[in-house]
Amino acid sequence: MSLLEVDDLTVTYRTAGGDVPAVRGVSFALEAGQKLGLAGESGCGKSTMALALLRLLPRTARYTGEIRFDGEDILTMSWGRLRAVRWAGASIVFQGAMHSLNAVQRIGAQIAEPIRLHSKATEAEIRRRTGELLEHVGLPARRADAYPHELSGGQRQRVMIAMALACDPKLIVADEPTTALDVMIQAQILTLIESLVAEQGISLLMISHDLSVLADTCDRLAVMYAGRIVEEGPAAAVFGDARHPYGRALAAAFPRIGDPASRRRPQGLAGDPPDPADLPSGCTFHPRCPARLDHCDKLDPRLWPAGDDARAACVHVLPDKGLSLVAKESA
Amino acid sequence: MSAPILSAEDVHVEFEARRGGGRARAVDGVNLDIAPGEIVALVGESGCGKTTLARTLLGLERPTSGRVLHRGTPLAYSSKALKRFRRDVQLVLQDPSGSLNPRHTVYDAVAEGLRIHGDVPNERERVADALSRAGLRPPERFFLRFPHELSGGQRQRVVIAGALVLEPNVIVADEPVASLDASVRGEILALLLRLRDELGLAALVVTHDLGLAWNIADRVAVMYLGRIVETGPVEKILTAPEHPYTQALLSVLPDAPGSPVVLQGEPPDPTRIPPGCRFHLRCPVLASGAAAAAGVDGACRGEDPGVLAGGTAVQAACHYARTVSSSADPAAVVRP
Repeated sequence: MSLLEVDDLTVTYRTAGGDVPAVRGVSFALEAGQKLGLAGESGCGKSTMALALLRLLPRTARYTGEIRFDGEDILTMSWGRLRAVRWAGASIVFQGAMHSLNAVQRIGAQIAEPIRLHSKATEAEIRRRTGELLEHVGLPARRADAYPHELSGGQRQRVMIAMALACDPKLIVADEPTTALDVMIQAQILTLIESLVAEQGISLLMISHDLSVLADTCDRLAVMYAGRIVEEGPAAAVFGDARHPYGRALAAAFPRIGDPASRRRPQGLAGDPPDPADLPSGCTFHPRCPARLDHCDKLDPRLWPAGDDARAACVHVLPDKGLSLVAKESA
Repeated sequence: MSAPILSAEDVHVEFEARRGGGRARAVDGVNLDIAPGEIVALVGESGCGKTTLARTLLGLERPTSGRVLHRGTPLAYSSKALKRFRRDVQLVLQDPSGSLNPRHTVYDAVAEGLRIHGDVPNERERVADALSRAGLRPPERFFLRFPHELSGGQRQRVVIAGALVLEPNVIVADEPVASLDASVRGEILALLLRLRDELGLAALVVTHDLGLAWNIADRVAVMYLGRIVETGPVEKILTAPEHPYTQALLSVLPDAPGSPVVLQGEPPDPTRIPPGCRFHLRCPVLASGAAAAAGVDGACRGEDPGVLAGGTAVQAACHYARTVSSSADPAAVVRP
């Protein structure tokens, strides 16, 4: 049994202007101790999916499908059980640590809060544990008395990681954990996350728009576009040899320094990500696709085997480029 | 190199630090030249002084000492002179959502520069021209749109059109793609390259993103704690850097070859710049003993490697690099 199994998950936001599908049928599994990277751009549904994993979305969100964590369905579990799973089972490191921390509470107290709620530890034990956690993430224990504004961006992100580790979770979901940090601080935080995950056998779901960062940290990668996973496979294969044209574009967006192919040749994609409330017909990527075929506006391909242990949702990996499927549908 | 269009000459910018912590030397001696049609990337971590240097080159900040030259003439700081200067040297801000007025249409946002300069003839044509140069075509379709109706990439194009409308020769862009999606980033960078090719527009791009420099810049200047510590053509500096700081920055990029050199701690404080080489407290070459083996460790701790000259030469402000480098040509490190 996988630690986390997501099966045909959909998330739809109810708005005054009608229903907006943010996640449109996503399935994946994460094994214990595995690191999965989820890549995609703003509006592709990746953060909605991360929040859905712990049912953290606002009331306007409607879910279908299944999310099994350690064998239990998150979507149907009671509030009491869900509160126990949050923090102790799985915890989230959000992007933008400045806004996720309470500005008027000392960081030690913020780290202590989940421990107090989820264990029967005495105050003295909680204080000791808080100090341990801070040192574990590379901050001196005496910084427990600091307020968030007294810390740098990198230090605040370390505090967020200490909080996520507070209740010994089995899974950490990290949503853009290094966005807006400098390269050197980003390297420090990624090294820290990698060593903690390896030491404690924690599973990691890391979300980012930067495929190169994910490929460096994770075992497997999934690429999301317009609410679906469009490509999925071993990290090196997806980053180095993506089979979906969108995966290829994301991989090329961050150039390899020294590579003459990208020198004075920035790679982009014309157009913008689609509006989830008004998706294109057929393959949602077809209006921007550099490898578009005539029937791409008719056929909406699902994930299909594409190379070793990898899958892609593109007509180019389908048998006879999906033409027989189009013929069948129009018949 | 043809005569520079914009230069910093031994520029220092100091600020009174908060809580009486002494003076912060945000820019602590910088020479930098930008030639017509040249794209220069100024890279460094937050707090290194790169944004202050860019603001000083735009005349938004006055140097404490040293000077800024525009086409060889020192910048005058009267409002009239600055207004004239800014027709030629335009700023492109990061975060287009914050730099566009949400109540102004695209037309008004782009026309604003012309109106400030009282340059009203052919306003409509010039706005349309700037929008289409920035890749918003047909321009008329965008005239009456508001920023919230545009995507992030389109908003950044509007900001660029606003800078282009006065037909400047130089733009200074502060993190022009940091807030954009990966697929849009390449499109905006391609636009900056095209503007250089079509209009001969020079650019100083301030960024923490070395990949951006590789994508579009001709020359790169790496800044650390108020100084440029290494500079030269992109091909040389990003593939064979000599300064240990540049080497470390490149080594931590996700797909860099070799093992990453992760510098510990935060960049030090500009109110307390270390003596000797300002990087020596974090320098992996000094820590490994390599500098001592080359006999320069005393200099690293006690002797300032000096301010690099402007121009296009390859230079590194590093005692070790100057000693061991095969290109240890003294002419390369002495000011012209």
